[in-house]
Amino acid sequence: MSDERDNVSVSKGPAALPARLQRCLPAEGATVRLLIITVAVFIAMSLLNPGRFLTYRNFASMCFQFPELGIFALAVTVSLVTGGIDLSVISIGNLTGILAALILTQATGADPSAPMLAAYIAGAVVAAVAASALCGWINGILISRFAITPILATLGTMQFFMGISLVITKGHAIAGYPKAAQFIGNGTLAGVPVPLLIFLLLACLVQVMLSRTRLGLHLYLMGTNPVAARFSGLDVRRLLSKTYLLAALLSGMAGLVIISRTNSAKADYGSSYLLQAVLVAILGGVNPRGGFGSAWGVLLAVLSLQFLSSGLNMLQLNETVGPYINNFTKEFTWGALLLLMMVVNYYCGRPRTQ
Amino acid sequence: MDRLSRALHRHEFYLAATLALLASIIALINPAFLSLSNLFDLCKSSTVLGIFALGVLIVLLSSGIDISFTAIAVLSMYVTSRVLLAVDYSGPVIVAFAVAGCLGLLLGLFNAFFISCYRLPTLIVTLGSASVFRGFLLAFIGTKIVTSLPAGMVEFSKRSLFATTLPGGETTGLAASFLLFVVAAVMVCVLLRYTMLGRGIYALGGNPEAAVRAGFNIARLQFFIYGLVGFLSGVAGLIHACMMRNANPFDLVGTELVVIAAVVLGGASITGGRGTVIGTVLGVFLLVTINNSLILLGIPSYWQKVLVGLVIVISTGITARRNPRALHGVVVS
Repeated sequence: MSDERDNVSVSKGPAALPARLQRCLPAEGATVRLLIITVAVFIAMSLLNPGRFLTYRNFASMCFQFPELGIFALAVTVSLVTGGIDLSVISIGNLTGILAALILTQATGADPSAPMLAAYIAGAVVAAVAASALCGWINGILISRFAITPILATLGTMQFFMGISLVITKGHAIAGYPKAAQFIGNGTLAGVPVPLLIFLLLACLVQVMLSRTRLGLHLYLMGTNPVAARFSGLDVRRLLSKTYLLAALLSGMAGLVIISRTNSAKADYGSSYLLQAVLVAILGGVNPRGGFGSAWGVLLAVLSLQFLSSGLNMLQLNETVGPYINNFTKEFTWGALLLLMMVVNYYCGRPRTQ
Repeated sequence: MDRLSRALHRHEFYLAATLALLASIIALINPAFLSLSNLFDLCKSSTVLGIFALGVLIVLLSSGIDISFTAIAVLSMYVTSRVLLAVDYSGPVIVAFAVAGCLGLLLGLFNAFFISCYRLPTLIVTLGSASVFRGFLLAFIGTKIVTSLPAGMVEFSKRSLFATTLPGGETTGLAASFLLFVVAAVMVCVLLRYTMLGRGIYALGGNPEAAVRAGFNIARLQFFIYGLVGFLSGVAGLIHACMMRNANPFDLVGTELVVIAAVVLGGASITGGRGTVIGTVLGVFLLVTINNSLILLGIPSYWQKVLVGLVIVISTGITARRNPRALHGVVVS
């Protein structure tokens, strides 16, 4: 697929391309590579698990599983575009979920009449949005005002937010919400799972924000060259605050989906999601040095990871390779995939840096 | 007088003062803190954390970050124990350390290969390699805890210095492994202060472009840095196994953030070029004292994460304030 891109640039010549298209090309190349990988994983898993992978049941269960990871990956993407990183997304999601869960569990004991219940659910959502906004604001202040490197600031707040979750729950799970509240995570609208709808909606919003608005353009500019961004008069501090606020709000949404789907909230839920969310963002063509990335890439990447994960799960039923496949095989595969993708992107991305 | 006032403005001075203040407060509340066995225990608890921290310091100085060192440690520790048991080895413990150190070195070079040859961000590479190492260990090598370690390692865990008998008739002593921490600290200190390699590490962290112009070979430096971190991690992993008297493949991973916190607390700047061994050692002692004293002071252990998070945020905030070079945090690796 790198040939294909080379053809484009050879036939027309880099100078002949409109500036806008030229800027998109590297990302387009990565997206095409990713599409090929996704299809390849899909075909491989279908062939390896005959009669199991290509079933309605499998697709239905996958559609409920990947949206939460996808939303976390969107949050990481937003921070990576600016050249930073948000490691606290999972902790924010869990803390938000726990606060919402505290409100929802009140509703189970209360009168289940419709208006009260709706008020409780609305209250939980508002509390979730407010809590995640507060977390994001803290991250933003630390990074923009105190000039702490994003890795370290979010490393600290990751521990801090998780610690608060632990203090609130004392390590226990908060479980048991009213049936209506489980709609966000388990319901379907016209046959489409609600979490999938939420993820697609958020992905569209992030994509439009990144590619069509002034804020998105500024974020890319800051990620590509922070010095130039500052000297061209951008308010870098405000942009950074907005970035981490947005990442936190997205994480809060993921937290709501998680507690609604699993019907419980825990301080340490999804500890392996952090690596996966970063992996999805990088797979999706987001350059960790900033300046590139799109929500479409994230969508493809999260799909390929879900195919891989579900397919490997099914392979456990296979007699010959089954005994060698467990959660740790998946951990190994993800790490190897992350390293491999970065090397592939290195080779394919090289022409444009020359 | 000038020297004195300069010493008073150093980060290390504030750390030492904080540590002294904290120790006196804890001792006032619970006098058991100052007992010989508790102090020896503090030293013992800081050994593994401390050796990890020395490795992390070197990486941070070069403006990189490594979060795979605990995975390296647990992989080398577990493989070494299994191999030595398989060949029925019963000789001195030094061989075990050599094997674990060399395994760690190889894994560190694996990191260096990706970081140096493909110029990839260190955080992402080590995030990936950490799960590769740990996944490989747990999926293909084993998940069982090895409870009967080779004789040499068991003997090493029992050896202690300054053994004394307490009035109660109990004997207490400083674990011999603490000596390894001291040796490692002195060697890293000498490396950083008095050798060209050490200068190179500071130079790379301060300004890579300037380091190249000054004639440093960046690739060779990076292979050295990540190799050394791997070696130190392997050794620390083995010490951990000796202390626990078992090799548990689920141990250690998850503590990397505490180690990074200790180093940052010790005054090392993540943008590179700043940090000292003394600061790191003090940072380690401070963090171990906080953790240890939560129990002595009767604070529930689930507050620990909140405190560690606060410590990272506050200490990085202070370091960032002292370092105006940081361009509003728009730096990833």
